[in-house]
Amino acid sequence: MQRRTKLINNIDWWTILLYLGLCIFGWVNISGASYSYDHPSLIDFSTVAGKQLIWMGGALLLGGIILLLDHKIYDTTAYFAYAAVLVLLIITRFFPPVKGSYSWISFSSSFRLQPAEFAKLTTALAIAKYMGQYDFKMRSWRDLIKPLIILGIPAMIIMVWENETGSALVFAAFMLVFYRQGMSGYVLLCGIAAIALFILAVKYSDVPIPIGTGTVGMLSCMLLLLATGIFFVLQENRYRMEKWIITGSVAGLYGICLLINIWVPVNFNWVSLAIVVLLAIYLIAANLYKRNPVLVMVGLFMLLSVAYTNGCNYIFHHVLRDHQRSRIELILGMRDDPHGVGYNVNQARIAITTGRFWGKGWHQGTQTQMKFVPEQATDFIFSTVGEEWGFVGTAGVLVFYLIFILRLIHIAERQKDNFARIYGYSVASIFLLHLTINIGMVLGVLPVIGIPLPFFSYGGSSLWGFTMLLFILLRLDAAGAEQMR
Amino acid sequence: MINDNFYKRQYVISGMAIFIVVAYIVLLFNMQVIETSSGSVDGNAIIKQTVYPARGLIYDRNDSLLVYNQPIYEVMMTMNEMSKDFDTLAFCHLLRIDKQMFDQRIEDLRDTRKNPGWSTWTQQVFMSQLKKEDIAQLQEELYKFRGVEIRNRTIRNYNCNEAAHILGSIGEVNWDDIKADDYYKMGDYSGRDGIERTYERELRGEKGVRKLLRDSRGRIKGHYKNGEEDIPAKAGNDMQLTIDIRLQQIAEQLLHGKIGSIVAIEPSTGEVLALASAPTWNPQIMIGKERSKSYLKLLHDKSRPLFNRATQATYPPGSTFKTIQALVCLDDHVITPNTQYACSGPASQPIKCTHSHGSPVTLLNGIEQSCNPYFWNAFRDYLQKGNNGSKNSKELHERYNQWRDHVMAFGLGHRFDDSDITPQKGGNIPSEDFYNRMYGERGWKALTIKSLSIGQGEILVTPLQMANQTATIANGGYYITPHLNRHDSMKTHIHQTGIDRRYFDLVREGMARVMTNGTGRRYSITDVEICGKTGTAQNSHGRDHSIFIGFAPKDDPKIAIAVVVENAGYGATWAVPIATLVMEYYLKGEIEHTDLFQRMTTSSTTTLNAKKD
Repeated sequence: MQRRTKLINNIDWWTILLYLGLCIFGWVNISGASYSYDHPSLIDFSTVAGKQLIWMGGALLLGGIILLLDHKIYDTTAYFAYAAVLVLLIITRFFPPVKGSYSWISFSSSFRLQPAEFAKLTTALAIAKYMGQYDFKMRSWRDLIKPLIILGIPAMIIMVWENETGSALVFAAFMLVFYRQGMSGYVLLCGIAAIALFILAVKYSDVPIPIGTGTVGMLSCMLLLLATGIFFVLQENRYRMEKWIITGSVAGLYGICLLINIWVPVNFNWVSLAIVVLLAIYLIAANLYKRNPVLVMVGLFMLLSVAYTNGCNYIFHHVLRDHQRSRIELILGMRDDPHGVGYNVNQARIAITTGRFWGKGWHQGTQTQMKFVPEQATDFIFSTVGEEWGFVGTAGVLVFYLIFILRLIHIAERQKDNFARIYGYSVASIFLLHLTINIGMVLGVLPVIGIPLPFFSYGGSSLWGFTMLLFILLRLDAAGAEQMR
Repeated sequence: MINDNFYKRQYVISGMAIFIVVAYIVLLFNMQVIETSSGSVDGNAIIKQTVYPARGLIYDRNDSLLVYNQPIYEVMMTMNEMSKDFDTLAFCHLLRIDKQMFDQRIEDLRDTRKNPGWSTWTQQVFMSQLKKEDIAQLQEELYKFRGVEIRNRTIRNYNCNEAAHILGSIGEVNWDDIKADDYYKMGDYSGRDGIERTYERELRGEKGVRKLLRDSRGRIKGHYKNGEEDIPAKAGNDMQLTIDIRLQQIAEQLLHGKIGSIVAIEPSTGEVLALASAPTWNPQIMIGKERSKSYLKLLHDKSRPLFNRATQATYPPGSTFKTIQALVCLDDHVITPNTQYACSGPASQPIKCTHSHGSPVTLLNGIEQSCNPYFWNAFRDYLQKGNNGSKNSKELHERYNQWRDHVMAFGLGHRFDDSDITPQKGGNIPSEDFYNRMYGERGWKALTIKSLSIGQGEILVTPLQMANQTATIANGGYYITPHLNRHDSMKTHIHQTGIDRRYFDLVREGMARVMTNGTGRRYSITDVEICGKTGTAQNSHGRDHSIFIGFAPKDDPKIAIAVVVENAGYGATWAVPIATLVMEYYLKGEIEHTDLFQRMTTSSTTTLNAKKD
């Protein structure tokens, strides 16, 4: 009995409150999205909203069980659970596909599980266990190989074997965990830079600039790299005249080109590219007498980026086939396609826009009620939030989510145990990535990648998966607090 | 803390989360608050259907219905909603058109020069003005064609075969109309001419809006919010014309086979009883799809039927103008009822007399016999009163302006700007400047403009103005602006000539004598005293035009009329019998001289044919 009271005192009730808040508002929206205009009935267990209510009950039960179990079993069974889910992932192939995707294990026509939702959990446990060992140290990139393999196996199975790119992408969340555990920040930066340069270079590759010749895409990439180079020049030569000579000559070169442009049109793409390359060579050469290896890195980064940008451009325009190119064009929003891939996003956008500031009210969203947004109860649930609850609802959900994620980071940080902390970061990162990709997709700023919005999207597997993910952390946290006293 | 030099990185990760959430909130604020602040956003679940109002009906002065509405159907398309597997062939089959026509029509719709309102999001009129039987088949299978809708609305139909010029017609608005008045959308109808155009705002009513809910597959689920936000269409106002349609019928029958016009006005009210122009057309050919074809045909017809000769054609008034001349000169005391002028018949100088009568002539005789020398002398005396009549005389110019003002006070030589009759030509009572330009400032005197004295030369008036002038004489000195809308009494639009009533009685006496002893003596109405004046407008292009103005009964005028028959020679031969028949019908409700009526309606002034040779 004594242990039980202690547990109740040690549980982070704030997080449970946030969790319940998200689940209840999520259900309200599932009910809105599946509400039938012809047969209005609020609670009917044959409807989507009714089924979700059952799933929610199950989730609470599951959460309770997790809290009651001994916290040590998560550590001890981590690898076993990891292996078990891998098996489940593999056997999905032998069950009938649902909407073309082999990611389900069906028990009956209405009850089926999606092991991918649980793979996140077991992978998080496995990685936490591996990286939480006393002798694990992140000294060089070699130490990352094994964790990468641990997350790579389920990710590859989901992507290749099950053909669920979206679910596989979630495993990228672990990069944040690695970063927290000591992976160089430059890896993250390079990743972000690669995505940004790709989007800029490709999306605006056909947009001409107003003066001279050149394209907005290439020019903006080059200017971005130039700015990076200049930043390091200024920093390195803080107290020297050299910085003025360098920045002055760059500005002078552009001035001369602008002047020439009056008579002969200048291609600013090539001019910028040349300047970036010259600056990169200067930075590498400067290392010889400045003895600062960072400069070499920056210089190499700039040269590689120039090659990467031009490579992307070339591949996009000359190597890709038409259908591949058009797929990318759609994802990047370079082309409208209200009937095809863009249909969902377009309809979601209309629904959200019509919600205006206050929303239309529960069950009043006309776009939602008339089922204009496909998958509106699952991946596109946020469009219902937008239509029925307006900006107040969407901003409210996002802020609520932010508090929830910050709370999870806070919980992770206060863990003394490495296993618990790494696991905590995995949980926070997975939620953050789901939120980012799902909302970004609904808003049309990210490609259409079908992953659920935790606690909002209809679906038992995902609700149970996220609940287990969260409650294991809460259990570990409670155990940690117990040891403190 | 063991093994942890990176705890500060929690802030980097937290910062990323905050950044992403804030960025999304900014995006949502832009979508939901800023973008929606201008204009309405209904999304595509709510479709706004325009509800077209019934256009006002048009009645004649005796409450007989002239113009009413008839339902037609339109096939509408919203390109964006049409699915990729749209079965074009089946669609064409149901509409009984071929694929080629379908493609052509789509191409036309996409051509923003022909269809500046093109948009893939809004409904476009694919085919219009279809009859019930044309769309019946499609209607049944409409559910197969997403993005297609059948809209019904009304077009005009006519109970009469006459009054085409007056009634006008409705047609699709053009881009200029839409730019000028944002009430109109592409594909709307508006009055294109005649009364339909003049009273467009009264007749059209107000469009309503019906908000319907439909699901993602295009099925209508009912009214949005149970119709709370629907706006019903407001029907247009009915209107009553001053026209007597039976009189109009008679008038048009009498003009059959001739070129010319008849204008009849009720003098006491200024109401236009009949306004006929020939050749004309049957308003029923301007219904629906036929309109553009018919219109083109009329446009290229050599006899110019679209030209409203009653209000747009201008003629020298000829001898009918002598009535005005008499009144202006009497009022100025240039002549008295007893003033006599000598007439040497055809030997008269500078204007010969075309009639044989005694000499000297008094005013009444002058009017009765339409004596040219009399009115030349009176006109000359008028202009030369108080001056020597030389070309240098400034006073003569002043006198001329005075004369001109008097003449124009009868409504001659200018448009009735306060009238609802369209279109109108102004005609011309030449100004001082006009002659100064023609002859030089010191280059003209009374003799130069002698033709004016007998209503010939540069003076030009429309038949409408002649009828109005007659009404003015019938009223004894004033007229009410002639108009077509019976609901608008126009009582305040009284225009005084400023000429003493006594003189009008005198001129009326003269006009009565025209019909008993003078040029109009061959035609009469039993028991009704008619006043009239014949005229012949000189025509340098062919035979003269036959003109008659008159009113009846003499002491209580109920109808004033002007008749012009082009290329028909003397006024007495054609215009007088036509006018007396019209007046007789109006006053008595029937025509006694059926043989004359028969003759007038079947005979044609052959000049038209002669001209073609």
